[in-house]
Amino acid sequence: MSSLSPRLAAWLIVLAILVVFVAVASPPAVAFCGFYVGKADASLFNEASQVILVRRDGKTVISMANDYRGLLTEFALVVPVPQVLERGQVHIGERRLFERIDAYSAPRLAEYFDPDPCAAAARQRQDAASVAKPASVAEGGLNKEKVLGVTVEAAYTVGEYDIVMLSAKQSDGLETWLHDNGYRIPKGAAAALKPYVRQKMKFFVAKVNLEEQAKTGVTYLRPLQFAFESEKFMLPVRLGMLNAKGPQDLVLYVLTPQGRVETTNYRTVKMPANMDLPTYVRGEFAPTYKALFDAQAVREDYRAIFTEYFWDMAWCDPCAADPLSPDELRQAGVFWLDGQAGARGGGQPVMLTRLHLRYTKASLPEDLVFQETADRQNFQARYVLRHPWKGDAGSCAAAPAYFEDLARRQEREAQTLASLTGWDVNVIRAKMALAPRPRSLWWESLWK
Amino acid sequence: MRAAGRIVPSFLRAWRRADPRLYQIAFQAVLLGVGVLVRDFALDPRQMALAFAAGLATQWLWLRALRLQHKGMLSACITCFGVSLLLRADTLWVHPLAAAVAISSKFLIRVRGRHLYNPANLGVMLAILLLPGTWVSPGQWGNDVALAGWFVALGGLVTQRARRWDIAWVFLAAWFALIATRVAVLGQPWAILAHPLTNGGLLLFAFFMISDPMTIPNRRAARVGYAIVVAAVAFAWQYVLFRTNALLWALFLATPLLPLIDRWWPGAAFRWRSAPIESSDPQALAQETRGMGVDIGAARAYTKLNG
Repeated sequence: MSSLSPRLAAWLIVLAILVVFVAVASPPAVAFCGFYVGKADASLFNEASQVILVRRDGKTVISMANDYRGLLTEFALVVPVPQVLERGQVHIGERRLFERIDAYSAPRLAEYFDPDPCAAAARQRQDAASVAKPASVAEGGLNKEKVLGVTVEAAYTVGEYDIVMLSAKQSDGLETWLHDNGYRIPKGAAAALKPYVRQKMKFFVAKVNLEEQAKTGVTYLRPLQFAFESEKFMLPVRLGMLNAKGPQDLVLYVLTPQGRVETTNYRTVKMPANMDLPTYVRGEFAPTYKALFDAQAVREDYRAIFTEYFWDMAWCDPCAADPLSPDELRQAGVFWLDGQAGARGGGQPVMLTRLHLRYTKASLPEDLVFQETADRQNFQARYVLRHPWKGDAGSCAAAPAYFEDLARRQEREAQTLASLTGWDVNVIRAKMALAPRPRSLWWESLWK
Repeated sequence: MRAAGRIVPSFLRAWRRADPRLYQIAFQAVLLGVGVLVRDFALDPRQMALAFAAGLATQWLWLRALRLQHKGMLSACITCFGVSLLLRADTLWVHPLAAAVAISSKFLIRVRGRHLYNPANLGVMLAILLLPGTWVSPGQWGNDVALAGWFVALGGLVTQRARRWDIAWVFLAAWFALIATRVAVLGQPWAILAHPLTNGGLLLFAFFMISDPMTIPNRRAARVGYAIVVAAVAFAWQYVLFRTNALLWALFLATPLLPLIDRWWPGAAFRWRSAPIESSDPQALAQETRGMGVDIGAARAYTKLNG
């Protein structure tokens, strides 16, 4: 047996790992698929990005929503891809597609009305549509062609975008190539690009063609989509944090044929769901959910991916929005539908997983790697409102008991909301028009 | 007072003599509890209960059928924990079936007097390959440094008590070396190295699966080599082929090498402390010391040195 006991060795290794972890300052970690290449003085701000990822049998289709609001001349998008994309592999999507899929899968409220305790009243059910998540993506700008170990593999125009496919021999050359177009490269761009250059990946670089954009007749930039083959089921999110000023959000819609998708190199956690919330939330669901998500993200230290929705799109009952039609799914990139309509509700044999993550520069050291599990258990971030019966406490014998139950339930709802969002429970009680419970100090009753 | 002076040392002696499987069971129970309650595992309590029921029943039935009642249920418990910790399914019948298959494999797939496959590994692999609606979540533990510390501490204790800590540490060292090489070649920042190394699934595999004494080579040098081979296969599976569940696959694919390894580099067979050598049975004793050509006394001395 060696002289160093394994136990001591174990603790030393833990200590060493902690030291490494703390001492090495982590460089700006990276986020969305592409990154901002901001021109000097432009301040671009990433809020929430939306991406649709379709995957089956080694074939991937990625769609990226684009909510850029700055000067069109300063827009640019850089995405590492495994192969040179031909013109036919790139497509301009519709923003409406993202709105539809967002509305279909967003966290939702369900309303119920308490039955009359005095009579066997029929239960009414209404499901309220929920709030679409805002999305904004902004990119920087680039132009011109030079060779710095950089080869321009292809160049073409698709829709309002001028696209260039690059391969690079070294990341410094690539950074210089981008920089030479007059844009200030964010610090650390070469370091962020290096792993992709060394893996011999190609770079999809897009900028706006002003003439073509004027022809589109819309003032916003439309989503970009591309299709390619790759053995990796992953999303290169490590670029793009370079402009970030704090935590950023990414909402990811994954469409697959067999089951729920989760990450293999990070924890994927389901949002707390199916809880009763106070009824006043009906008018404030958006800020409430936002606070709820904020609290969960902080609790997980910005290192977990949250599942907000997973459903077999063949059916939904009830549906928060109309299910996506086969045509819409095909536009989103689902390539395996054979045109047959679904069995119920006009749905399709496609599984939709909605993942939402919030990350900072330090919390996401590796690109997201996914796996499709065989899990088909449906899940939705659904919250329940139970409207009380509006009767009189004295109308029948059962009424007082009902109101006692109601008081207890409303207290529970307030506590639930407080614990989920971190809000002060007394503020919630005030909004619910419940009497604030006086803090009863245990010693006050001792010496009365 | 004198009685008290006797209680503590006798307790310590019992602690030292305790079967290491008891430690493993205790720690696996704690980890499973933490996983289900704190880490939000997609595991239904009924699936766990059914896995245990089926696994223990299968063990009991086999022991009766083969008239081996002197062997206990500890290993079966460990297998059931392993299946519960790893396997996920959206039906109730998968877990008990996997546990039953895992435990049956100990009695059916045997080479040179001992079972070939790590039962939990085989059970989980067959389930995800053959049964519908099954999967394993490699990221279910996350990459928490504090939790990783606990894994290392508890797992280190278990492997040390079972005298098989070498394979766990060599495996982790080999994995670390391969990942670090990849980070260097790709030019990634070193800070990211902590991320794959603090993966709970990796540590659970190193300390609770690959270190199973009954399904690894007997000789220490051979164990070191085996650990490196498994780490290399797993690395290629994950970073060259880009497929998932690399650790489970690597162990599954490397296991058939074990009979060859034990033939070319024989060592003293492992025994759980609670099962004494039946010296009255010359055949069993010969089996224990096969390939060594030494007598009983020397065999015992060798076991002490080797373990």
